[in-house]
This record gives sequence, C-alpha cells and structure tokens, in this order.
Amino acid sequence: MKMTTGEKVFQVILFLFILMLCVIAIYPFIHIASISFSAPKEAGRFGFHWFPRDVDLFSWKQLLTQKKIWIGMKNTTLRTVIGTVLSLIAMALAAYPLSRKHLPHRSFYTMIIVFTMFFSGGLIPTYLLIKDLHLLNNFWVYILPGLIPTFSMLIMRNFFMTIPVEVEESAKIDGANDMRILISIILPLSKPVLATLGLWAAVANWNAWFDAIIYVTDTDLKTIQFFLREVVVTSADAEIFGRVTGAANLQYETSIKAATVIFAVVPILIVYPFLQKYFVKGTMVGSLKG
Amino acid sequence: MEKAHAVTFESANIPAKQTKIRRTWREYKKSKYLLLMLLPVLVWYAIFCYGPMYGILIAFKDYSPVLGTWDSPWNHFAYFDYLFNQSPEFPRILRNTVIISGLNILFGFPAPIILALLLNELRISLFKKIAQSISYLPHFFSWVVLSGIVFLMLSPSTGPVNYVLGWFGIDPIYFLGDTRYFRFSLVVTNIWKEVGWGTIVYLAALSSIDQTLYEAARMDGANRWKQTWHVTLPSMLPIISIMFILSLGGILNAGFDQIYNLYSPAVFEVGDVIDTYVYRQGIVNFQMGLTTAVGLFKNVVGITLVLGTNYIVKKMGQEGVL
Repeated sequence: MKMTTGEKVFQVILFLFILMLCVIAIYPFIHIASISFSAPKEAGRFGFHWFPRDVDLFSWKQLLTQKKIWIGMKNTTLRTVIGTVLSLIAMALAAYPLSRKHLPHRSFYTMIIVFTMFFSGGLIPTYLLIKDLHLLNNFWVYILPGLIPTFSMLIMRNFFMTIPVEVEESAKIDGANDMRILISIILPLSKPVLATLGLWAAVANWNAWFDAIIYVTDTDLKTIQFFLREVVVTSADAEIFGRVTGAANLQYETSIKAATVIFAVVPILIVYPFLQKYFVKGTMVGSLKG
Repeated sequence: MEKAHAVTFESANIPAKQTKIRRTWREYKKSKYLLLMLLPVLVWYAIFCYGPMYGILIAFKDYSPVLGTWDSPWNHFAYFDYLFNQSPEFPRILRNTVIISGLNILFGFPAPIILALLLNELRISLFKKIAQSISYLPHFFSWVVLSGIVFLMLSPSTGPVNYVLGWFGIDPIYFLGDTRYFRFSLVVTNIWKEVGWGTIVYLAALSSIDQTLYEAARMDGANRWKQTWHVTLPSMLPIISIMFILSLGGILNAGFDQIYNLYSPAVFEVGDVIDTYVYRQGIVNFQMGLTTAVGLFKNVVGITLVLGTNYIVKKMGQEGVL
C-alpha cells in the first residue's frame, strides 16, 4: 500500500514522538551512570550529564571496598538462583494437576487457590506467622513465603491446557504415570513459558527489598537491595559516606549513591538484551477461568 | 453408554450416597499421581496464604504477643469503632489512598493503551522493536533503584527536570517535598516505570485483530482514524475491560513500594496511604491489632470491588476475569 503525503507526515511526527519517549525512558540511567564516574563538583552541576566529564573513580572505589556490598550481592544471588529454581518446580507441581480435566474436584482446588489472589491476611498476620514459623533471620524467609506466585502459576496452567491430550495418551498406553508425563513430555514442550516465568521469578527475587527490612536484622543475611536502600533512600549508611572516619567522602555523596544504584542494576542490564524476548513470550493470559 | 447403564444398575441396589463416595474414591485413585503433586502445593497455600487469614482474628482482639492469637481477649469492633469514629489519621490515609490510586487509574490506565496504538501505527518495524525494548526497561528495576534515580532527576538544585523547567523561566520545584506536587510526581514516575511494559497485553490484542475487518472498513471509505475507532478499539474492548477490573480491584493499593521509597514526613499529609500507615504503626510502633483491622478493611473493599466490577462488566456483555 502506498503512503499518501499526509500519511508520511504522520509517520515522521510519530517517529519523533516515540523517539522522544525512548530518550525519556533511558536518559535517567545514562545520567546516573555519568554522575557515578564524576568528581564532586561535576556531579553537582545543574543540567544534563550525557557522559562523565571530570572523571573520578573515588566513588566506585569507596563502594567496591565495602564488605557488606559483597555480602548483599552473595545473598541476593543465592536467593535468586534457589528461589527461581524452587519456584518453577512448585509452579509446575501446581499447574499440571490443575490443567488436567480429569483431576477430581478440579474447580474446587482452583477456586481455593485463585481466592488467595484477591484476599490475603495482610501484613501484620503474615509477619506474625513468619515469626511463629521461626523464619525471622533465616535465609528461607526469602524463598518460602513467595514460593508460588499465583498469577504466574495460572499462566503456566493455561499453557499446559493448550497442549493436546493426544500427546500424553500414547505415553499413558506405554505405562507412564502422570509424574513421568510431566517431566518427559509436558515440561520439554513448555520451554518458552518456563523461560518467561523463570525470568519473572528471578527479577522479582533480585528486586525484593521489603522482606530484608522486616524479617531480617542479621547483617550477614541482608540483600543488595537493602544496602542500596540504606545508601540511596535513607542515607543511613554512615560508613560508606565516611561519617565515621570523618573523611572527605561526604562531598562524594551524590556520586556514591549513583554508583550504588548502577552496581545493583548492572546484572539485569547485562542479561536484559540477550533474554529480552523471553521476558515477553508467553505472557498472554485472557482470564483466570477454565 | 454402557458405562452409564452400569452405574444406574448399581445405584438401584446401593444407596445413592455410597456410590458417589465410591466413584469419587475411584477417581482419586486414578489420579493419584496428580494428587500427589498437588498435595505439597495445597500445604503451601494452607500455611502461607490461609495461615495469615487465621491471623486476621487479632483485628477483633486485644492482641498480646505473650498470649498469642487464640488466647488474646476479644475486644470485638473496638478498632473499627476507633478507625471510623475517632482516628484522626484514618480519614486522611483513606483519602490519600483513593486519590493516588484514582489518579493512577485516570492517567496510568489509558497511557499504555495509547502508546500501544501509537506503536501499532509505526511503519518502521526495526525502530518499533527497539522502542519496545527500551520502554520495557524501567519495569525490571525495583522502586529502591528507581527512587535513587528519581531523587537525582527531580532534585531542585541539580536535577535535569528542573533544569529544563528553567528554560521556560520556571523556578525549581521540590517535586517530592512539596505537598502540592507529590501526588503528581508519584503518578508521572509510575507511568514512566510501567507504561512500556503495560503495552504488551494491548499489542498482542492488536496483532490478533482480523485484518479483513480493516479491508472491509477501507472499502466502506473509512480513514485511519475511523478504522481505529470502529475496528481497533472494539476489538480491544475485552482485554481493556479485564485490565480495568484488575486495576479497580487494586484501588486501595496505592503502590507501597513506590510511596515508601519516595515519601518523607514533609508530605505525609498528601502521601501517607493505607499500606505505609499499616507498616509504620504495625511493625514499627507495634499496634498490631489496629493495623490488622485496617488491612482487613482494605481487603474486604478490594474483593468487593473486583466482584462488583466483574459483575457489571459481564452484564454489559464483556468478558470478566472470573
């Protein structure tokens, strides 16, 4: 189809408009990265920072020599890996039975699970439960309470439902039980959706910060998001800003904060371009019923 | 057919109830592996989702950590009475929550729909792909990260936003510290984070529209705008209505992660919402019973809204979520 002049003008305007939105979306990350490499005076300059001008690596040195940053990185990596793997297993164990039409009382089980998406005990009862389960100051508090994200689990269930029954019937004739069918037939067919939901779970674990605040007081168990908050949001981290030693770090406050932010997002930025397509695949769910 | 006969024959001799139990038992035995998989899942839901629901009891009790949930004495509706009739803070947090959520729905709900429609009109497909990738990016960062960025961007002394405003002769604005601008800043930063990611559902709906509908519309002389109005939007209505139900159901979720990381006592007047109040009073100040009552109120309103809008949307002939 040929474009008319009016259409061409429209395309150009649209292009420029979307381009502007892209710049707005991405500029803050460029800005903060530039600031993290800037000397105090340059970091405090009013205006745009498209690239670092007066390069100064002090903030990064200060950040990377903090022991607790590495403790946080270790704990966050651990919870992300363990949490994602266990989440996927638990979701599959829930999604597969719920996707099989012959499961007795299937709609009842589905209902009691879906209900939890719309009604929950709330913050305080959850806190008291965690306390009663002796999960305070315990690594597993990062994993167990959020083990099954119900919405993701239902996406997985909906995907399993689209796999034709004939696929598993031949295996059944060969004497395979449901457990075998799930592992050797259903899961291999579901790789795209597993990749998407696994990535979601990984990002959720990487970004989680609230559990480290309310359930954990032990510094050795804190996550990177917790330390990031201490530095960036509350400015409570006395050590990194040199308040204890009385060093000249205070003037580096802005660039130290910027460096900490970049430090916490770099892992996501590294994997994002390669895994981008998986983030989006298999996200489509119409409704919860079925 | 034969099977059905057998069942009727059986039930002629044995009481109906017993056959039913027997049939269920047979079905359960047949699906024993499925049930074996489901069992740990149900245990998890019982502990981590239904367990806290039991804890809601303390909304009606004078909770004492020593006595525990069950043995603490009842005080019936004392907390609710206090909240609705005496508390100076409850009306404020309720108002703030509804206003912030309302603004988020008013501006944040249509934003991804509009962006999806615009992206869909874009003819340069490579640029479209790049634009999508870039627009998804902020969605993947936590509000802790983003608030660090937002602080810098909106800073009155060094932030580029106030720098640009300066070009137009506008004096620096304390976006996060001024009660007049705080809610506005929340809405805008929330759109910045989520608008790109929000387009995914709508773009998928757009790509599944039957192309012959557009051809037919063009035959009838419809221009681009009319095609959008008469073909595109009606085709997107089901998904729009589903997303709308979900967002209305969350009207008392004003966005804890965002607000808790961006607010300060200077803007409590306009920015303190139910969830931030529950956290401060419940965990920090140990008013557990009172804040559980607030949480219960929030949950009941939420589920009522979901069921209510779901019912209305279905009545209007659209598909609901449930």
